[in-house]
Amino acid sequence: MKLNRYGYLIGEGFRNVFTHGFMSFASVTIIIACLIVMGSFTLLDINVNQIVEDIGNQNQILAYVDEDMTAQEATAQIQTKLEALDNVASVNFVSRSEARQNFLEKYDESYMEGLNEEVFRHRFVIQLVDLSQMDATKTAIENVDGIVKVNAPTEFADKFISVRNVISIVSLVLIAILGFVSLFIMSNTIKLATYGRREEIAIMKMVGASNSFIRCPFVIEGLVLGIAGGGLAFLAQWGLYKALETKVAQSLAISFVQIVPFSQVWVIVLVAFLAVGVLVGAVGGVIAIRNYLKV
Amino acid sequence: MVQMNNVTMVYDNSDVAALDNFSLTINEGEFAFLVGPSGSGKTTIIKLLTGEIMASEGEVIVNGFNMNKLKRRKMPQMRRTLGVIFQDFRLIDKMTVYDNVAFAMRVVGATNKAIKDRVPRVLELVGLEGREKRLPAELSGGEQQRVAIARALVNNPTMIIADEPTGNLDPVRSLELMLLLEKINEMGTTILVVTHEKELVNAFSKRVIAIDGGHLISDGMDGYYSYEVE
Repeated sequence: MKLNRYGYLIGEGFRNVFTHGFMSFASVTIIIACLIVMGSFTLLDINVNQIVEDIGNQNQILAYVDEDMTAQEATAQIQTKLEALDNVASVNFVSRSEARQNFLEKYDESYMEGLNEEVFRHRFVIQLVDLSQMDATKTAIENVDGIVKVNAPTEFADKFISVRNVISIVSLVLIAILGFVSLFIMSNTIKLATYGRREEIAIMKMVGASNSFIRCPFVIEGLVLGIAGGGLAFLAQWGLYKALETKVAQSLAISFVQIVPFSQVWVIVLVAFLAVGVLVGAVGGVIAIRNYLKV
Repeated sequence: MVQMNNVTMVYDNSDVAALDNFSLTINEGEFAFLVGPSGSGKTTIIKLLTGEIMASEGEVIVNGFNMNKLKRRKMPQMRRTLGVIFQDFRLIDKMTVYDNVAFAMRVVGATNKAIKDRVPRVLELVGLEGREKRLPAELSGGEQQRVAIARALVNNPTMIIADEPTGNLDPVRSLELMLLLEKINEMGTTILVVTHEKELVNAFSKRVIAIDGGHLISDGMDGYYSYEVE
């Protein structure tokens, strides 16, 4: 294909966008709506994963050491065994006196200052690799000699993992459905534009235009609409996310939630939105014109 | 050049053959009328020649392309050797006269320079100089059909197929149009005109191919059209 043909075809694609102004507006609006819903669920999924990870970091397993063991004996005999277990990311020894100190710092109550350190046990603070394996890891820790009691917030972790899994599945299903909806609407929009120009297409075929030549302006039209939809949806998503970020930061009720900053995800969101826009636009264009090229 | 050898055409939704063991040869540089009543098979012949449909049986060769063996991607190449004119002109309303003609060159990849050189010459040939910037709606029926002829001619086809080209024109304009097609034929282009108009056919001493019920009824070089059409 010669260079001046490219210029003509690209020009035709852009002209079509403006010639069918209302349909273009409808397509872009639908793409924006679908992308924002898809994007919102994806960002929700990212944030829930982040929260689960934070909770995993915060909710450590505490393994209490037999009272008869000294600090030196505990570290020498137990620490390596704990570190060797599956799903254990790190093991930190906390002595009685450190435990007492942490307790006093946490509750900041002056009447507790007389608390004897003998009340506390030596303990190991254990971080896990995978929170969903907490139950199995807890049992494994309980079986280590010298460990008398294990505290693990398994129920809390399980609930959060369930919530995360549900959100992930719902997000995935919605993203897939909305992807198809966008594709369907885009191809129908271009199909309507194509229907209005079927005479033109028939003339093009009659004078010997190749299928790729006829298809090209429609694909470019789809691409332009897809990219415009993707770009505008990104800006809208950005605005919505920033507003949500501010609300969460100001809210006392959910102040414990740390929202992933938009600056960390904007590249992914932009690339994903543009990619979906391009894909929906180009495939929509090809689907729309397919029937007219069979003659 | 057209060669149809023992062609039978049965449409998917019909039991009756639109063409039945039909044979026809049109040589290069010929001017021929194809006549016959409605449903006689004229449109089927045009569709077979332009590659819109494929023969159920037999062989169709158009300008050296064997239509039955022609791959779909090669179809545009075959169509570039043809110029087709319709009764309803089929111009693009939003395009000017110039652009309607230039469009046919653009879609086959002509350069801007070639378009600028060729389009004015073809418009002059069909008598539309000075009308370049008009829209089709601003032209008379005869002028619109001339634009269609210019568009059919602009890619220098070997053959022009005109399907009822005078159907929407008054007798004077019809005669003018046929004279124009005759002029184009004298320049070496093969012309096949499908028509109902007995007087028009009789005004020219050309080959007349008459068909009915998918069969060849008569094929004469004397220009005399004796077959009664509906």
